[in-house]
Amino acid sequence: MEPLVRMVGIRKIFPGVVANDNVDFELMPGEIHALLGENGAGKTTLMNILYGIYRPDSGRIYVKGKEVSINCPADAMKLGIGMVHQNFLLIDRFTVAENVALGFAKKQIRPDVEVKKRIIELGERYGLRVDPDAYIWQLSAGEKQRVEIIKALYRESDVLILDEPTSVLTPIEVSELFSTLRKLKSEGKGIVFITHKLEEVFQIADRITVMRKGKVVGVKRREETSKEELARMMVGREVIFRVEKKEREKGPVVLEVVDLRALNDKGVLALKGVSFKVHSGEIFGIAGVAGNGQKELVEVITGLRKALSGRVLINGIDVTNKSPREIGLLGTAHIPEERVKMGIMPGMDLAENLVLKRYFLPPFCRKGVLDMRRIKSNAEKLRTEYDIMAPSIRTKAKFLSGGNIQRLILARELSSAPKLVIAAHPTYGLDVGATEYIRRKLVEERDKGAAVLLVSEDLEEILSLSDTMAVMYQGEIMGIGRPDELSMEDIGLMMAGSKRMEVSA
Amino acid sequence: MDISFYESVISTMLVAGTPLLYSTLGEIYAERSGVLNLGVEGMMIMGAVTAFIVGKTTGSLIFAVSAAVLVGIALSLIHAFVSITMRGNQIVSGLALTMFGLGLSSVMGIKYIGAPGISFSAIKIPLLSQIPLLGPIFRRDALFYLSLVLAVVMWYILFRTKIGVRIRACGENPAAADALGVNVSLIRYACTAIGGGLAGLGGAYLSTVTAPFWVDGMTAGRGWIAVALVIFSFWSPLRAIVGAYLFGGIEAVQFNLQAYGIPTDVLGMMPYIATIVVMIFSVSETVRKRFGAPAALGIPFVREER
Amino acid sequence: MRIAFVKKEKVSFKRMIAVRAAAILLALISVGIIFWFYGADPIEVYKEIFLGAFGTKIGISETIVKLIPLLLCGVGLALVFRGQIWNIGAEGQLVLGAIAATGVGLWAPIPSYLVIPAMFLSGFLAGAAWAFIPAVLRAKMNVNEIITTLLMNYIAIRLLYYLVYGPWRAREEWGNMTWSGFAQTAILPDYATLQTIPGTRIHYITLAIAIASLILVYLLMNRTSFGYELKVVGDNPMAARFAGINISRVILISMMISGGLAGIAGVGEIAGIQHRLRPGFSVGYGYTAIIIAWLGGLNPIAVLISTLFFSGILVGGSYIQISFRMPVGVINMFNGIILLFLLATEVFLNYSIRMRR
Repeated sequence: MEPLVRMVGIRKIFPGVVANDNVDFELMPGEIHALLGENGAGKTTLMNILYGIYRPDSGRIYVKGKEVSINCPADAMKLGIGMVHQNFLLIDRFTVAENVALGFAKKQIRPDVEVKKRIIELGERYGLRVDPDAYIWQLSAGEKQRVEIIKALYRESDVLILDEPTSVLTPIEVSELFSTLRKLKSEGKGIVFITHKLEEVFQIADRITVMRKGKVVGVKRREETSKEELARMMVGREVIFRVEKKEREKGPVVLEVVDLRALNDKGVLALKGVSFKVHSGEIFGIAGVAGNGQKELVEVITGLRKALSGRVLINGIDVTNKSPREIGLLGTAHIPEERVKMGIMPGMDLAENLVLKRYFLPPFCRKGVLDMRRIKSNAEKLRTEYDIMAPSIRTKAKFLSGGNIQRLILARELSSAPKLVIAAHPTYGLDVGATEYIRRKLVEERDKGAAVLLVSEDLEEILSLSDTMAVMYQGEIMGIGRPDELSMEDIGLMMAGSKRMEVSA
Repeated sequence: MDISFYESVISTMLVAGTPLLYSTLGEIYAERSGVLNLGVEGMMIMGAVTAFIVGKTTGSLIFAVSAAVLVGIALSLIHAFVSITMRGNQIVSGLALTMFGLGLSSVMGIKYIGAPGISFSAIKIPLLSQIPLLGPIFRRDALFYLSLVLAVVMWYILFRTKIGVRIRACGENPAAADALGVNVSLIRYACTAIGGGLAGLGGAYLSTVTAPFWVDGMTAGRGWIAVALVIFSFWSPLRAIVGAYLFGGIEAVQFNLQAYGIPTDVLGMMPYIATIVVMIFSVSETVRKRFGAPAALGIPFVREER
Repeated sequence: MRIAFVKKEKVSFKRMIAVRAAAILLALISVGIIFWFYGADPIEVYKEIFLGAFGTKIGISETIVKLIPLLLCGVGLALVFRGQIWNIGAEGQLVLGAIAATGVGLWAPIPSYLVIPAMFLSGFLAGAAWAFIPAVLRAKMNVNEIITTLLMNYIAIRLLYYLVYGPWRAREEWGNMTWSGFAQTAILPDYATLQTIPGTRIHYITLAIAIASLILVYLLMNRTSFGYELKVVGDNPMAARFAGINISRVILISMMISGGLAGIAGVGEIAGIQHRLRPGFSVGYGYTAIIIAWLGGLNPIAVLISTLFFSGILVGGSYIQISFRMPVGVINMFNGIILLFLLATEVFLNYSIRMRR
């Protein structure tokens, strides 16, 4: 049987980094082939080349035996290749039908009506039901993904590429996705499944290609390998699945949230009465798929969003609806979810960024005048202490890599010895080294007596770091407990909204 | 107040509103595709002076109007080149073109100022013109009717055709459009050109219909009012009609209030004050995701290195 | 063959000067072509402009005269632009300053030695107030300040016309209009006019204020917590919110300073040059200042140099208006083209061009 796709000797270099280094890849019909690796391993780059978003510096691509040159996504689509990206390329203000029509309608007049039929047909066939007249901003992440898959399948593609598809799905949606994929596989289509999650690979993949730092480390059939072997191939050394964490006595309550209610940006109730407590010397993790109110919760606690009702107390002081500055001055550190959009000023240099929380306080500022020398020396000190890779403190923040941006943010937030640390998705999109560093730092803060509120979509991260954890679903806490006392099944059910548990003290 | 008073108010309203309508329609397309064109004022006035000069020299309205449109397109292509290809700051580019347009029109028009009564009265097509009160609507010139037809056609294209979907996609999420094979640059260039051409046409109307003279700076900020009207009409060509005539109405009221002894200059402030008021009211609804500005407006689209 | 843009990390000073100079050269060539179409010899025109502005003592002093209002407006604009606040209304704020100065100078019931300071103060406040309205609309309601400040310019001009043709018209001179047919107010009394450097029209008090404001504003921008907040607001408003910066306050204060400085420029023009209020006294200083602020940006020396350059163009431009009978608009044309070329070549500062297959 001939492979659907064969990529041979692919090389792709970006300024400063070899993204793909002589990579070979093969996809057979009727196969689900996982492309496994850590963030930055080169998996997305490779598939972007196959889909025509990038052009390789060298190497050859064969589709169904013929050598081809793919210069743009339109070429890939003509060859029967469809891709579902990690960040949905959907237009919020359009309807589902308009989004599909954008790429696939043939007629000029009323293209949205033309594509409706096919949307419904594909929906029935593969279990991807979605309302063609709904606006994208009204849809959940899972439904949006269905639209993307419909787009990718519209022209009877033989090859479907999915880039980290499960990162926004609940466990139930994940299994729905997998049954869709199995259906596609049974029709002889080939599926490339890009992921960094080992669990999923064993649930769905037939073959696995492991990549690390731009190279292919190995290709294995699922039956012939194990989680440990794959992990080793991915990271290059033995991976410690649990972070070193000593038991610690919990101190007094630092953060208390009482019956919090708040609206999201669309005016819909996002927090429906959330209550919990975080003690000093405790890491309190909040698990749950993104979009269930975590963003709004963090924003209310840090003063970036108004609460409709309820209270937030820090060390007994009512800080509900107070400004971020006041909350910060009480010893709160906030490591924001949107690192670049909210956490740094890209056009300003390291020194200026590092002083964002305290520029108005002595010793950095007296009577409105800044002490530039102090600001610079503070920056030098933090740069060394937190190991921020940058040519100098005058380097503008936009030139830093993701991991270094996070180090900058950590340096800025943690250097003032905070009593409360709020970390939202702190390791999202970072490589192993950076991820380990950040997790270590959070445990350090907890050991120093800070209260740490950790919000993360990475369930494994929550399980390994938290002393106490909660699950959020649709703006409510479904249950609170110790990670080692909660079963995975319970957690999964809570994440899907099917179960509530008694809140333990 | 007898009927003829109201009829004259309506007439003024329509005549004053038409140049605004043209410019607003053009700018709607430019902004829907993601390009903020602040050069409308410069393009309008260049259209006005071009139409006047070509009209006077050749005696042909068709040439005059066509020349104005071409000039508007040419200027807007400069803006497109600077903003889209060279990724310059769209705000500053538009301002530069306005300055340039105002200056160049001044230089070009100097020999034509005060030229005694060049009458290029426009063609009046009498249709249903006998109806009392609403009669004036049907006693207007060709460009007036064209502007209404254009508004409807442009609305239909934008919201009911494939090309319209593509244009809007460029303004909302150019990365998504690009990934689906849409040529974002080309569409933005085209829409910017449409914006410029229609602004030129709006200016031509000023110097051939509204007042068949050339006066230095005769647009008097109408281009800026048009930019504000785009916001007021929530980027929809049909709502632009309402906005344009509303402002035409203000000019009409302004004209008629003169008889009551209110100084001309104070009345002259009215359109600008009204525009500011209108902008204030447009904003609170803009927050609603349905009707806001195109998400990628003013942001150059950079496709990542291939 | 495709053109590919590759991002550059650092921009050397030499490269920046080279790129800017190239842009100006291209602009001069383009305008030269337009002059040629108009029937004038471009070389002659440019010679006249350059010599007019810098070649004679009168020329240099006139250039400094023009530099005063440009610098005041330019400095204020550089301040707000840093916060990505687009104040296109300097022209109107300048006019309001002039109006306030005239009113105070002609009719304020205060002792004569207080009149000049009162004129400056009222001019500053009037300009600041004129900027305050669009500022509050932007700060509290997110209304686009580009359009509002611009519309305020038109309103300001109308106000000027109303006053000069109406209640403030110099009654006893009604048979005595200037050759261009404009009306004007009564001439300001001596105690309401500024001294100039002998032999020139340079009203040195305003010049001193201008230079002082250049220094003070740059100190404000780079050495104070307010300046820091302004930079953060301009660079990333979300980060500003995150840090608890009061964005409204930053917008309001910076706009009022900008408007106030433009107002002072207006006072200077009336008290130092015109000695009365008349329409058309400003040749678009507020608009030209936009280019200066955009060019000069972070660097006070750059602002000074750009201001000198554009002052020269203004002076030279007024010479060719007489000798080649060109309209005032020619200066606008110049400014527009220069700005366009500067913009277009800006890309070369941040990117290198590579040809790709």
